[in-house]
Amino acid sequence: MKRRDFTKTLAAGVMAASMAGFLATASWAADTIKIGAVWPKTGPLAGGATVTQGPNIEMWVKQVNARGGLKLKDGQKKIELIEYDDKTNPGEHIKAVQRLATQDKVDFIIAPFGTGFNIAAAPIYAKYGYPQIAVSAISDKIEELTARYPNLFFTLGTTTSFVEGVRDILVDIRDSGKMGNKIAMVNVADAFGIELADAARPIFEKAGFEIVYDKSYPLGTPDLSPVMKGAKSAAPDAFVAWSYPPDTFGLTEQAIIENLDVKAFYTAVATCFPAYAGKFGSKINYNLGAGGVNPDTPAMKAYFKAHKELTGKEPDYWASANTYVSLQILEQAIEGVGESDKAAVTQYIKDNTFKTIMGDIKFENQFSNRFWTVGQWQEGVFRGVKSVNVDGAATIQQKTGWN
Amino acid sequence: MDIIISGLLLGGTYALIAMGLNLQYGVARIMNLANGELLVLGGLASFWLFVFAQISPLLTIFIVAPFAFVGNWLIYRFLLRPLVSRAKTQGQLEVDSILATFGMSFIFVGIMVMIRGEYFTYSFLAAPFEILGSTVAQNRLAAFGMAVVIGLALYLWLNHSRAGMAVRAVSVSPDTAKLVGINVARVSALAFALGGAVTAVGGTLISTFITLDASVGVIFTMKALIIVIMGGVGDIRGAIIAAVILGLVETAVATLIDPGLTLASAYLIFLLVLLFRPQGLFGKRPT
Repeated sequence: MKRRDFTKTLAAGVMAASMAGFLATASWAADTIKIGAVWPKTGPLAGGATVTQGPNIEMWVKQVNARGGLKLKDGQKKIELIEYDDKTNPGEHIKAVQRLATQDKVDFIIAPFGTGFNIAAAPIYAKYGYPQIAVSAISDKIEELTARYPNLFFTLGTTTSFVEGVRDILVDIRDSGKMGNKIAMVNVADAFGIELADAARPIFEKAGFEIVYDKSYPLGTPDLSPVMKGAKSAAPDAFVAWSYPPDTFGLTEQAIIENLDVKAFYTAVATCFPAYAGKFGSKINYNLGAGGVNPDTPAMKAYFKAHKELTGKEPDYWASANTYVSLQILEQAIEGVGESDKAAVTQYIKDNTFKTIMGDIKFENQFSNRFWTVGQWQEGVFRGVKSVNVDGAATIQQKTGWN
Repeated sequence: MDIIISGLLLGGTYALIAMGLNLQYGVARIMNLANGELLVLGGLASFWLFVFAQISPLLTIFIVAPFAFVGNWLIYRFLLRPLVSRAKTQGQLEVDSILATFGMSFIFVGIMVMIRGEYFTYSFLAAPFEILGSTVAQNRLAAFGMAVVIGLALYLWLNHSRAGMAVRAVSVSPDTAKLVGINVARVSALAFALGGAVTAVGGTLISTFITLDASVGVIFTMKALIIVIMGGVGDIRGAIIAAVILGLVETAVATLIDPGLTLASAYLIFLLVLLFRPQGLFGKRPT
């Protein structure tokens, strides 16, 4: 072997090994139903997808196969899962979907991870006619998108409803006389953060709040202490950050260090991650964040237990459950139709009500208007405190320092 | 005062990111694009040992450093040495090493995803500390202290020891260094391994205050490249001073103007240095 071939061989070896590992997980029984999944195992969104998306797919496939597979007209069929990494790159995602549709000839595909990906990949899912039950996607353009793509469904809510959830919580605390009306607001300079901050400005001001600090910071900022020092010197009553996971952790840590004295502290994505409480312990008691669940229902308790048993990981307290719900919907729709007919399954999703761990879900104009918007860490559990059409919100508690 | 102190601390962080690459690129002439992944690997080790064995990151560095040293020595010996020996010109070596280490970065990411795909986040010394009326985080201060120690040690070793002199000679001119009896291959391997160890230790320290994940390495590689090129290739003083300048400017911009402009300001300084001093602050003008 020539020396220069060594790196090539090594790279090929690693690829072959990872392919073999991946093939080994797929069962090759003759009578299977093929389900594809494309999600970021590497790249900027991988840290979130590995918590919210991956384990739920693993868990669902294990559960369905353990009970013998999906019940179809011509007998029960086990799921054969074909997964690809989109590397957090929309181009790669579209290529992978094309491959799933034309080479692997999968029967169904699990929707992408992330708002941008669900929107960017919608045309390719529509082209091949796969039902796309988007979960981790929040947008104010849902009506427009569902009108354009008849196979696209949304389940996690709109940008405006998320901002209104935060507004309602802040109004409640203010009107109870425990808080003034000064808000410090920061956002990550990225499509998600900018859209939420733009939606929030008029909504907060209309509710009578004064935004005393309003800044953005680039994604991946290594030092957020100037941001927190700036917010602190504006003497706000509440702190709101439309943030992504690394900066959710970073801003919270800086708030603890600066001892930011606010009556409400909100950070967006990843506040609901078990790792958030794992990192900060009791210091983040009564912190607010995006999402939430009602962990006390029997169905949700069973879900948390099964998730831990089957994947070895804790689910997050928000979109993990929604992701599992989307798979339950897909499962019930495929069984309801009884065969691998993409158009019939799409129609079935539009026409029927589904029994899920979050209660009954029904789509209206391809949108399920039932979701949590704001949650709060209360004694080690992140409980939903504000929702749209979901029961069981916990009573909001007021933040009392960082202990 | 806040700006100066926070800026210095950020500069220390940047120095940790860049000093290792400076040795690898400046002496061993390997433009190591897997630098950031190596840093994250150091952070992963720290996270793992802290969460599952309650080992302080300040002790983890003594575990990480020898492993990274040996690992990088092996990488240099078996993966990169062949590229060095067949390269006819410096330019060819750069192209080859960029491609090889770029590929290596994917392997590193793959390995880390297999170990842990989620964020590596934990709390260590996340408590306030008052210096001259300014509040700073203890973990940042600890990392800054270590950056000073590592930077000073490298500087003294390079300038006041025989081995250090050999390293500097290779940095200036590998061909001439051979003429005076320096084993260039060995010195290069040593510099590459040492650079790798410094980077991995940097990652261990940085993971105490920045949330890392398997895929975030490329951000650190970019930052390290900017600092190394700004400071002047192969000069440890240059890298440290460039890191501190970058830290101070970013903090000043974030505090006085807008946190949204920190990246823009970093690239603006980089551009100015490239325009007016293309060889870097401490670089030698090509003869």
